[in-house]
Parts: sequence; C-alpha cells; structure tokens
Amino acid sequence: MLNMETVSKTFGIGTINEKLALDTISLSLNEGEFLTIIGGNGAGKSTLLNCISGTCPIDKGRVFLDSEDITYMPEYKRSRKIGRVFQDPLRGTAFDMTIEENLAIAYSKGKKKGLTRGISKTDRKWLREQVALLELGLEDRLKSKVGLLSGGQRQALTLLMATIVKPKLLQLDEHTAALDPAIAKKVLSLTKKIVKEHNISTMMITHNMNVALEYGTRTIMMHEGRIILDIKGEERKKMTVDALIEQFSKRSGTRLSNDRMLLKKN
Amino acid sequence: MFFSTMQGAVELGIIYAIMALGVFISFRTLNMPDLTVDSSFTLGACVSAILTIGGHPYLALIAAFLAGSIAGSITALLTTKLKIQPLLSGILVMLGLYSINLRVMGNRPNINLLNRKTIYSILQGTILEDYKIFILSFILIICVLLILYFFLETKLGFVLRATGDNPDMVKALGTNTDFTVFIGLAISNGLVALAGALIAQEQFFSDISMGVGMVVIGLASVIIGEVIFGTNSLIRRLIAVILGAIVYRIIISFVLELGMPPTDLKLISAIIVMLALSMPVIKNKLSFYRKKRANSKGGKYRC
Ligand SMILES: Nc1ncnc2c1ncn2[C@@H]1O[C@H](COP(=O)(O)OP(=O)(O)OP(=O)(O)O)[C@@H](O)[C@H]1O
Ligand SMILES: [Mg+2]
Repeated sequence: MLNMETVSKTFGIGTINEKLALDTISLSLNEGEFLTIIGGNGAGKSTLLNCISGTCPIDKGRVFLDSEDITYMPEYKRSRKIGRVFQDPLRGTAFDMTIEENLAIAYSKGKKKGLTRGISKTDRKWLREQVALLELGLEDRLKSKVGLLSGGQRQALTLLMATIVKPKLLQLDEHTAALDPAIAKKVLSLTKKIVKEHNISTMMITHNMNVALEYGTRTIMMHEGRIILDIKGEERKKMTVDALIEQFSKRSGTRLSNDRMLLKKN
Repeated sequence: MFFSTMQGAVELGIIYAIMALGVFISFRTLNMPDLTVDSSFTLGACVSAILTIGGHPYLALIAAFLAGSIAGSITALLTTKLKIQPLLSGILVMLGLYSINLRVMGNRPNINLLNRKTIYSILQGTILEDYKIFILSFILIICVLLILYFFLETKLGFVLRATGDNPDMVKALGTNTDFTVFIGLAISNGLVALAGALIAQEQFFSDISMGVGMVVIGLASVIIGEVIFGTNSLIRRLIAVILGAIVYRIIISFVLELGMPPTDLKLISAIIVMLALSMPVIKNKLSFYRKKRANSKGGKYRC
C-alpha cells in the first residue's frame, strides 16, 4: 500500500541549524493497517508524515503509494489520495465559509472543479446524513460559518472532510492534542469508527502512549529521525506503557525524563 | 442642481462598483493585496478608447475585460510560480503596464472621444436620454452581480473563496492554489478593466494616469460597504460592495460641493481608507479604556 524506501530529509543543509530529521527511513504499511506513531519532540514524526503528503520535499529515497511512485508528485495531487488532519483546528477548515460549503469542497476532492453548482440538492441531503453521524448536532447548523465552531467540533468536521471521499491513506498529526480530554476522547472514538467502517489505512501521531497502544493495529516509536521500535500483533497486545518506556530508554540510549522529551503516559 | 449632482455621483458609483467588485475578489476572496488594479483600470480605458474610436464600443468592453484578465494572470504567475511577494508582483505589473498603456494609445498620454459613438449612444434621442448612463450602467452592474454571484457559488467558486481563507486546506483537499489564484486575479482585473473601459466611454476620454489610486478607491468602497451593509451572506457582501462604491462617490461629490479642490481628492480617499482600516483597532482601544475606567471606579468603592 504505502512504501517508503530509505527516505532521508535534512533541514537547513549547510547552516548551523542543520538537522537530520529523517535518517534513511524504510517503512511499509499494509492495506487497512492503522499505525500509531510515538516519539519525543523533534523525533521526526511530523516530518515523516509531511514527506509522504508532499508538504516537505525529501532529499533521498523513494515513496510509493499503491505502487505508484509519488516521490516528486506535487502536494495537491497527492492530497487526492491522502486525507489529513492536523493538531491545529484552524488548519483544516475555511473559517469564513459555512459548514456545508466546507464539506462540499471536501466532497468534490479529486473531481473537476468546474462551473457546476457548488452544492446540489442531492449533495446537500447526503452531506447532512454524514454530518449527523458525528453526533454533534452540526446537521442543523449546516449554514453556520465554521469560524463559529469550537475546536473539537472543527476537528470532528475536519476528520469527516478528510474521509468523506475515501482516501487511500489517512494521516492524523496529534489531531486531538489541542482539545480538552473529554472532547479529545470523542474525536478519537469517531476516528476509530470511521477508520474501521471504511477500512482506511491510517497513520496517527500521538503523544499519549495509552492512546498509541489502545488504538490501531501497529505502533512505531521514533527517535532522532529513526524508527527504533515497530510492534504489532501479539507482541503489541502484551505491551504496556511501562514496558514501552523501558524499551525507549534501552533503544534510544537516553533516559526518559520529564523534560521536552516526555512521552505522556496518559 | 442637487439632484443632478446626486445623479452624477450615483452613475459614477455604479460604474466604479464594477471595479470595486474586482478589488473585492482579490482583497477579500483571495485575501491578497493586488496593486495591479491601478494600471489594469487604465489598460481597460485605453483599450476601450482605441476601439471606440474604431467604431466598436461594445467590442471595446469585451476586449478591455480580456486585457485586464491577462494583466491579472501575469501578476498571479509572478506570485505563484516565481514566488514574488503579492504586493511586489502587483507593483511590477503596474509599472510594466504603464509603458504598455502608452503603446496601446499610440504613444499619446490621452485620447479624446468627443462625438464618438459609445455604448451610451444607444439611448441618444430617446425619452430616456437624460438617464442613459444610469440605465445602461445599472443593467450592466446587475448582470455582473448575478454572474459573479453564481460563479462564486459553483465548485470552482468555492475553492476560490477557500483559497483566501485557508490555502493549506485547499491544497490538502486536492486543488492547486496556484490555479485558483490565477483564475481569481484574472477575473478581478478583468472587472477592473471593464470599469475603466466604461469610464472612458462615459467621460469621453482616456488618460495614462486615470487609474492612479484605484486600489484605494476600490478598497474604500469594499470597507464602507462592509461597515454599513454587513457581511452576513455572500450575496449581501456583493451588494454591499456595490452600495459602498455608490456611497463613496456620494461622499466625494458632497466634499466637492463644499468647495474642496478636486486635486485634494486623492488625499481624502487615502484618509477614508486609513480610518476604515484602523476601525477595529480604534474600537478595541476605546472599549479597553472604557472597561479600564469602569473597573477602577468600581474598585475604589469596594475597597
Ligand atoms: N520546516 C522546518 N525547518 C527547519 N527544521 C525543521 C522544520 N520542520 C522540522 N524541523 C526540525 O526537524 C526535526 C523533526 O521535527 P518534527 O516536526 O518532525 O518532529 P516531531 O516528532 O513531529 O515533534 P513534535 O512532537 O514536537 O511535533 C526537529 O528538530 C525540527 O526542529
Ligand atoms: Mg509534530
């Protein structure tokens, strides 16, 4: 499904801020696999996702999606196959447009943006049903501007927008980190539901180790641009947060302390 | 006397409203300050003047629109493909167009159209003659309004509007923002040039410097419209821009009536826009001081 072959990325080459963000990473993801990604700040998790989605050009290596080489494909073209939700709720929606207009744009992903009506009657009905599935009451506010929604509502909407046309790959970059715990939980369970229902291959970054083990089917741990742990199946089922922390210290050669490197336990 | 001044102001306002709608697209929908406007307005006037002299006043409007669109798309290419800052791209195209505009007019700084047949001549000699400019301009602005409205409600219109709001989202949803900026600036400057073309026919001349300050006038119209008529729905916003342009013209003609020399007009425009743009800050400051005073008073009594 997704195949990364020896991908490297260095920021600020030739400057004092030169930073190797991805160090010859190879990773492949199977159809329908739900990967959770953990690692300290600056480990390269976001960079990994950005190199796949095309927001960040890579220096070396190859990226294949569905055996198509997308290494040099522009971001907007990859977006037709990849759905994304970011940490910042402001980033995924157009605040000055209505909920249904936002959804309509998402729904026309990959289709021609011609001079046909932005939202047809049948579209509207279907979009309404989809929004109702979020169980946030947004279906009665389709004509409200997105700018009026709370962060959690926006994230849920962005999640719907990223998946309303089924993507080959869904990328979630700490998409619940800016939300308060109750809403974060709600958005996470929505994520689980949507991913399962449509069997979407997913990559989810999280700082919460419990979440990383509880959701998904496979977990990788990153450190200094490398993947230092990759678990799934039985091994993953038996894994606990404490064991994970131990593994981290062992494999990264650094001790986990409560500074910036912290991987949250809950 | 008063009535005819008023009529003149409204007539001009309606024509300038077409230009203001163009400015609305770049400044508001694309959220991009586009200075091409000053020279694409002149470009429209020059093209219109030449074709009017040649006896094609209607063709002149279409040609002016197309010429303006080309100017706008060049600005778009400079920003999107060459990554030159939007402001600077606009300035570069504006500068380049100065020479082109002179060329269009056959290296003359202005062209006189007195006694030429214009689109307004069609009502000449009918009972509607006194209102010919009003009537024709009104029909035109309604057409432009409807076309623009329906365009912004299409799928393409949606992504165009989203580009100004959140370009990252547009890219994340599979549309190239370079393309939407291109289309947006082309339409925007096309409208501006169309307004220039109409003004040239209405005033029977074109002049190399007639576009100076158009951006500011357009912006003033957009802001006045927003402040007075609101921004609730798309159609309301568009109508607000048109009414804003008319109000702006009425203010200007009122100031002129009061005896202000016409040469000071640009200064007045600049001040109006400055005030309008700083409105949010001024409002905030005022409410801050009001709260501060109310708060300190309350505190004294309680202690
Ligand atoms: N655009 C950029 N320019 C320069 N350096 C960058 C850029 N993006 C990321 N980096 C650097 O690359 C490294 C990896 O960053 P990345 O954002 O991938 O980390 P992360 O694992 O997502 O961290 P976090 O948990 O804080 O989000 C960091 O050292 C970061 O400073
Ligand atoms: Mg990150």
